Formats: sequence, C-alpha cells, structure tokens
Amino acid sequence: MDFLLSRYRNLTALLLVILAQLVLLACQVKSNQDVRLIRVWAVTAVTPMARMLEFVRENTVGVAENYFVLVNTRSDNERLKGDLGRLKIENQFLKTELETADRVRALAAFQQRTPSRTLAARIIGTGTGANSRVVFIDRGSAAGVMRGMAVITPDGIVGKVLAAYPTASQVLLVTDQTFAAGVISGKNRIHGTLKGIGQNKVIVDYVQNEEKVEPGEMFYTSGDDRIFPKGMPAGKVSVVRQGRTFREIFLVPVGFQQGLEEVLVVTGGVNSEIPDQATATANPAMYMTPQAEPPKPGPAGPSGSTGPSGVTGVVNTDPTAISNLTTDADRLRQKYKTMGEQQGVKYGEGGKIPNFNADLPSAVKPPPQQAKPPVVQAKPPVQTPPPVPVPEPVKPEPVKPEPQP
Amino acid sequence: MSEYTSDSMLIDSASVARRRAKKGLRPVWMLLVPLVAILFQVYVPRFVQFLGFLELPLLVTVYYGLMNRSPIPGLLYGCAIGLTQDSLAGAGSQHPLGMFGIVKTLVGYFAASVSLRFDVTNPLLQFVLAFFFFFFHQFFFWMMSRALLSQQVDFNVPQTMVFGLLNAVVAVPLFVLLDKLKE
Repeated sequence: MDFLLSRYRNLTALLLVILAQLVLLACQVKSNQDVRLIRVWAVTAVTPMARMLEFVRENTVGVAENYFVLVNTRSDNERLKGDLGRLKIENQFLKTELETADRVRALAAFQQRTPSRTLAARIIGTGTGANSRVVFIDRGSAAGVMRGMAVITPDGIVGKVLAAYPTASQVLLVTDQTFAAGVISGKNRIHGTLKGIGQNKVIVDYVQNEEKVEPGEMFYTSGDDRIFPKGMPAGKVSVVRQGRTFREIFLVPVGFQQGLEEVLVVTGGVNSEIPDQATATANPAMYMTPQAEPPKPGPAGPSGSTGPSGVTGVVNTDPTAISNLTTDADRLRQKYKTMGEQQGVKYGEGGKIPNFNADLPSAVKPPPQQAKPPVVQAKPPVQTPPPVPVPEPVKPEPVKPEPQP
Repeated sequence: MSEYTSDSMLIDSASVARRRAKKGLRPVWMLLVPLVAILFQVYVPRFVQFLGFLELPLLVTVYYGLMNRSPIPGLLYGCAIGLTQDSLAGAGSQHPLGMFGIVKTLVGYFAASVSLRFDVTNPLLQFVLAFFFFFFHQFFFWMMSRALLSQQVDFNVPQTMVFGLLNAVVAVPLFVLLDKLKE
C-alpha cells in the first residue's frame, strides 16, 4: 500500500483533490427533484450494490426458502380452490337473492297499485304429470286462499287455484289443456275463450271467422268467468288464421314471460277498464286502472255470499249501482231480474215465464259498456269455469244467474 | 543508438529547464499574480468588453504548472485559483464552488506533468500548450456543467478555438513577464 502510494503519489493527490471538490460540489447542488446531488450520487452508488446483494441472496437463500414454501403449496392450493368454489356459490346465491328482492319489490309495487286485493305467494313446486301445467304455491287455505281464485303477476294472468290445502295450493296454469278463461281483445273488443293447449301457447276459441283479430293484438280478461278480474292482460296474438268454424287464434301468454317464481293470488278482484289498443301499445305497463275507492259495505243480495276475505261478492241491488255493472253477464242478469220484477215473476218457483222481449223502462236500462271506471267488487270465485261467450241475442228462456256453488 | 541519443537529449534539456526553474516565484508573487489575474478577469471586461475572452487565471495556472515541474504543487495551485474564481463567479446551484476548481486542478496537474517531459521554456511549445490547455479547460468545464449540473450549455468549437489562439498569443509574453518576476 505504501509502495503504491509512494509510486503513484501524484495521481493519488490528484484524485483526492478532485474527489474533495466533487464532494464540495455535490453538497451545494440540488437535482431537479430538489435533492442534494450528494444524496443522488450516494443512492446511485449504493443501490446497484444493494441490488446485486439482493440478487445473490434471492438466488441462494431465496431458493431454499421457496422450496420449503412450496411444500405447503399443494394443500394451500386445494384449500384456496375450495374457498373459491364456496365464494362462487355464495356470490351466485347473493345474486339470486338480489334478483329475488327486485322481483318482490316489483310485485309489492304492483300489489299496492292494483285495486284488487291480492296475496303474494311463491312457487314451491310443479305438478308431476307429463302434460299437466300445474304448480304449487306456498299459500294455502290457512292464508285465505280458496279454490277458484285467480293467480296473476304484474304482467298478466297466470292461472287459477285448483285446490287449496292448508299450507299450499295447487295452481292450474293458463297453458294447461283444461284451463279456460273469458277474454276480450283490446282493439276490436272481440270476445272469446282462452284455452290452454298443453304447450307454451294458448288459443282463443269461439271467435267467428268474420271477426277481425290482428297479430300483435292484446287480449285481456273479460271478467265473464267470474274468476279473473276484468282488464288483466292475458296474452298477445302471435298467429291468426281462418278455421273451419272459428278463427284459430294463438296467443303468447304474458303472465309468466319473465319467469314464474312469485305470484299474486287475487283474493278480492276488482274489474278494471280494458285499455284500448293505442294505450296498450304506447305504454304496456298501464293496463291497470288507478286505485279504486273501496266499495261501501252494503247488504248482501239474495244470491250473494261473502268471499273468503270478507269481500261482498254480489251485484248490488241498489239502482245507483247499475252503473257499476261491468260485465255482460252482470248486465244480462240485472236485465232479467228487472223484467221479472216488473212482470211479477219470481225465478226458481216455476210457473209463469216473463216476457224477455218487453222493453225495459229507460230508467233501469243498463248503461252502455264501461261508461265509467269500474269500481265493482269481484264476484266470489266460481268453482268451475262456465262457458264464457255470452250468447247474443238473448233467448227468452229462464236463466239462473246465480253461480253454482 | 539514435534512440539513446534523442532520449538523452530530451532528458538533458529537461534537466536544464529544471535547473532554470529552480528559481521559483517568490511567495508574494505567487499570491499576487493569481489575485491580479482574477481581478483583471472580473473588472476589466466591464470596461473593455472585448478583453472578456482572456482567461488569465488559467494562463497563470499553466505557467505555474509548467515552471514548477511538480504535479502536486501544480494541482494545489490550480485548485486554489479555481476555487477563488468559483467564489467570485456566482452563487447558487448555477455555479457552485468546485467547477473551476476541478478543471484548474487538472490543468495544473497535467501542465506540471508535461513539464517533466519537455523543455517548456520554448515559446512555441508554450504557445501550443497554452492553446491546448485553454481548449481542455473550456471543454472540461462544459462537460462537467452538462454531466454534474444538468445545465444546457452550448459549446461553440470554432469560437473556443479562436479564443484559444488569442489566449495562446497572450500567454507567450505573459510567461516572459512572469519569468522576469523570478529574477
């Protein structure tokens, strides 16, 4: 060392002086980041060595460490896979719950908006028959569900209660072959009977070939069957063609196009106005009328009965209630009743037959169809759906308007 | 044989020059001469602007290195002159202490190293060395400005060469004048 210093004394002195001045320089100057140059130099000089040391350490000690870490990797991997699967299932469950909450919220909103009294229920099972279109809901007779009650969704009709058990009910869907309901077209007011055919579509029967029905037209419940409140969407016409006797009209049921998980059981139906085609096309969601005022509790008529939820299910005999008659059956019944009262004939006792062709007094003539928004209470559910098309003209025969119990 | 002859002549001339240079500057002049040179560089260009090209502190450093023929005193002398020049050049990070110091340290060292090998009393050699060290000084200063201070300084080579020539022209009579101070 001494030899080197003595041999290169001049050079050593030069380097020392230069180095001293560089340090002096570095202590004064700041870099662009306002850091003193000496710090920059120090870091720049030290970090490569630190990086090199870290590289050496990583490739020696690190390899050994990694080996021991990898021993547990397999078990960790399996555990993490399990966790991932569990989280996926949990995520899916939460998504489903969220969607269910959205549907329930929509259902609750509809339930508040509709004038009919409804009971929310959930589909819990399906029927076992190969061709049957039957589902079970989680509300039964204990909750007030009775046989024959309508089952709907905010989109339209779904079916009717086939049987009510204490804790569950069986619902016959509109697509079942044995299902039937009275319907009316939205544009031309064509009456017909909606029937299931065991497939995803339904048909409207008993519509004359001369009647005009167009594809895309909506059919609504007519209320003639005393099951479904009038004005509920039933289906949209997909195919129309000439038949041998009647038109063949195929509908796509709109009640469960969005899936069928939550439904509403109509415990007290209120008939609504059937929207015209323009309104229905412009805003399909506005098919229900606004909330009707609650009907006044009046005395039950002779043929009336109180529904399962206490709803008075008769036509009011009060003359002021004539304007509340909304269905053809109601009007016909009222007409015959008035004729019988005028001619002193009591129905059901036999004997004299009233003259059904006699003119009615103008004061008691039934009003034109749907002059006002309907506020009539729904009839109690009928056990068996009657044939819906109302015959016109009316034959002069005694009829028994009371529904069969 | 011829190599031996030329080497022996070179050594002889260097030894003669060393003997001549044994008479160094007196300590007073060693202090006064660089001080005057620096003051000249500081004050004279304010009044006579075209004399701004003169780098008298550098020429004094070169002279001292050449005449002293010892690298360590040469580099220390250059370091002292350079630091003094730095202290008068400005403040702050634009011209920190040490820039001229480092450059003139190198100039003093290399000038003294050259004088060990050549007869630097030759005016022509003095002219060439003055030109070379001026160019070296300017180039090294520019390089350090860019490398250490990140300053965007232009380096005009033709102008630097012209100024080098002018300084070399001034250096020859200046060295003669400084030689007179030794007597």
